[in-house]
Amino acid sequence: MNIIINGASQQLTSAKNLSDIVSSFCKHSKHVITELNGSIIPPDQWAQTSLKDGDALELVTFVGGG
Amino acid sequence: MTDTPLVIAGKSFTSRFLLGTGKFKNKKDLSDSIESCGSEIVTVALRRIDLERHEENILEYIPPHVTLLTNTSGARNAEEAVRIARLAKASGCGNWVKIEVINDSKYLLPDNQETVKATQILAAEGFVVLPYISPDLYTARALVKAGAATIMPLGSFIGSNQGLKTKELIQVLINEIDLPIVVDAGIGAPSQAAEAMEMGADAVLANTAVATAQNPAALAHAFALAVKAGRIAYLSGLPQKNPMAKASSPLTGFLYDDIPAN
Repeated sequence: MNIIINGASQQLTSAKNLSDIVSSFCKHSKHVITELNGSIIPPDQWAQTSLKDGDALELVTFVGGG
Repeated sequence: MTDTPLVIAGKSFTSRFLLGTGKFKNKKDLSDSIESCGSEIVTVALRRIDLERHEENILEYIPPHVTLLTNTSGARNAEEAVRIARLAKASGCGNWVKIEVINDSKYLLPDNQETVKATQILAAEGFVVLPYISPDLYTARALVKAGAATIMPLGSFIGSNQGLKTKELIQVLINEIDLPIVVDAGIGAPSQAAEAMEMGADAVLANTAVATAQNPAALAHAFALAVKAGRIAYLSGLPQKNPMAKASSPLTGFLYDDIPAN
């Protein structure tokens, strides 16, 4: 399965839910915000959200800024 | 001298100095600076997580009592600013947002029209909106109508340390707009922050100057003191400048009756 994470294509070996993706791609899940195909998915829905081929996922968090 | 707190969207703050968190060399400098200046509002930004480099999260270095103000940097229009603000809110870290819409990479000037549009949408959704603008009376009036919580006019170009190049235009906003005026951008030295406060600005935000100083925590402290000094000076009824000299000591009744005229 191929999904786009933060603009880059990622090959996943098996179907995964959003919770699995966050834990495998992010060091901490705290303060991670997810947007799947343009819709924000709150953390309490990550486990029930499965991904499919061609999905576009954004993983964002806070950084320094003025 | 007693002062009233800074009130933004019904929330009271003792400190009138806001600190930006960009460009710090390390996270310790940042946390030391927040502590030394006593800022109660700090700005942060949102970015895609770098999947290759696992960086530490900046929020770990910001004390929990501090109000987070997420900026919409990276937004080139109202739609993108609204998207970033909604993402920030989804984090559960509050609904305070600094609207920053920039589509000019040379001067990094904010797009006032798009900022008004984003403010209308986000204020209607219940966000506390602090729009960053080029100082302009009509834009500021439109932002008041749109439901902004403050107006944040720029002093000079972002990161330029040039101070209050827009002083006269900021003074118009201070005189005419019934919202807190937070002077943002270009404030490169404590003296410039004091100058803004002496004019009657309600607060000042600095980032680059502090973050790039050799000793950021010390400069952050100096900024906080300058903001306080400027505020007290404003409240004291600072006298106006005079075009001519006016003696501080009595000039008559001692050796001469009067200073001889030339």
